[in-house]
Amino acid sequence: MGELIVKEKEVVVPGEVIARGMDFLPGMGTTRQSDNIVAARIGLVNVDGRAIKLIPLSGQYLPRNGDTIIANVVDVNFSGWRVETNSAYSAMLNVKDATGDFVPKGADLTQYFDVGDYLVAKIVNVTTQMLIDLSLRGPGLRKLGEGRILKVASSKVPRIIGKKGSMVSMIKQATDTKIIVGQNGVIWISGEDPKGELTAVNTIRKIEEEAHIPGLTDRIKSYLEQITGRQLQMQENSEVMAQNE
Amino acid sequence: MTAKQARQHIVKLLNKTARLDGRGLTEYRKPITIEYNISKSAEGSARVQIGETIVLAGVKMELGEPYPDTPDSGGLMVGAELLPLSNPDFESGPPGIQAIEISRVVDRAIRESKAIDVTKLCIKKGELCWTVSIDICTLNDAGNLFDAAALAALAALKNARMPARDGKKIDYKNLTDEKLPIQRLPISITVCKIADKFLVDPITEEEEVIDARLTVAIMENGEICAMQKGGDIALTLAEIEQMIGIAAEKTKELRSVLDEA
Repeated sequence: MGELIVKEKEVVVPGEVIARGMDFLPGMGTTRQSDNIVAARIGLVNVDGRAIKLIPLSGQYLPRNGDTIIANVVDVNFSGWRVETNSAYSAMLNVKDATGDFVPKGADLTQYFDVGDYLVAKIVNVTTQMLIDLSLRGPGLRKLGEGRILKVASSKVPRIIGKKGSMVSMIKQATDTKIIVGQNGVIWISGEDPKGELTAVNTIRKIEEEAHIPGLTDRIKSYLEQITGRQLQMQENSEVMAQNE
Repeated sequence: MTAKQARQHIVKLLNKTARLDGRGLTEYRKPITIEYNISKSAEGSARVQIGETIVLAGVKMELGEPYPDTPDSGGLMVGAELLPLSNPDFESGPPGIQAIEISRVVDRAIRESKAIDVTKLCIKKGELCWTVSIDICTLNDAGNLFDAAALAALAALKNARMPARDGKKIDYKNLTDEKLPIQRLPISITVCKIADKFLVDPITEEEEVIDARLTVAIMENGEICAMQKGGDIALTLAEIEQMIGIAAEKTKELRSVLDEA
């Protein structure tokens, strides 16, 4: 009979034995070594029936179907654009997924997006070979205007967005900035006031650093209130945050 | 290829006299620190930190023959290595354009200011002299390697002591109290131009979108001893004068750090 060695939600490091016996199955972030299920990365244990998964606490972004990401155009070819996704794999955006316009054959695609442009795009397909297709069809998906790009660990993205977008909307409210958070850990920030923008950047860095310490929301709230001197209210948005501006 | 939006954004901030990290246009990052004697095997060494940029410099002394055209002078060599650990864009192997430029700019400031009295490095005319090698290593490149490397090289020279010598044999384990014959300390300041604005101490994001840069080395008496222009865009005479003005102002700040430490 199998035996679970660590408790659910406990932190494990690579190489640590999570469970013994063949009753358990290795899920994301774990491997089987003889009879044992062993952690392959640092993360929180999540037991789902017989499968053992890890919620990663660190590591590079791994593209997943349905994620809204911020990606950088690195190449233009005949049928679309190749974009960098802040992961080990680059993605492809086809003309037909990028615009509703009729684009004649051989048209100059740089009039839509050029090398160096940042896009908010949705991952619509990821193959087992990690060929990734993006789409710009959907609310909020578009080319980004001028702004600063910030990169954070993708594992901290849920913390930065907060429950139903509460965290990021609090930062936006406090600093008068526009913020878009991509699931791949790329964040776009733009504000009229350079100071507010800097506060937003510092706040996001603080969240990234302190994401694992309980009471994060309250701490960030008082931090922002102290800097901006404003009274803040928490608000939850039902929309998906990455599309929100 | 630079990200266009990033550049637009930096220019927008500059027009509001602001920068990405909240500094003023002609404000250096803090802290600027110099730490001496960081290497046991070098005759002089220093570690300079400007903000998050960290550079090491070491001074080694060797005996050699003077060059035939300067029989009564010692030699000076500067080498820079941009270690891959300091920036993901740097690769190991022979020095690239960037490393060569940094070492040459540092070398020129020291050489042309006559910072070291090379005639005192000559032991026997035409036969034996000291050669001073300065080696620069980058530990972290968060922008403005030029100024950090130049400062580190000067600090290491200031720190260096001559090794004990018996004829043509050097005892590196035994350093005398004798310092290098240093007469001047030329401080290098790099002024950058983005759009129509001038700024100092660029961070990596700013370096990527720079139009032009001018490194100016200035001695204690305010004289300019070396300059190096970089970047794709040409500068007008008025612009160069303005940049030199900014550099002259900022040398005071770096000089006080060098004098204190």
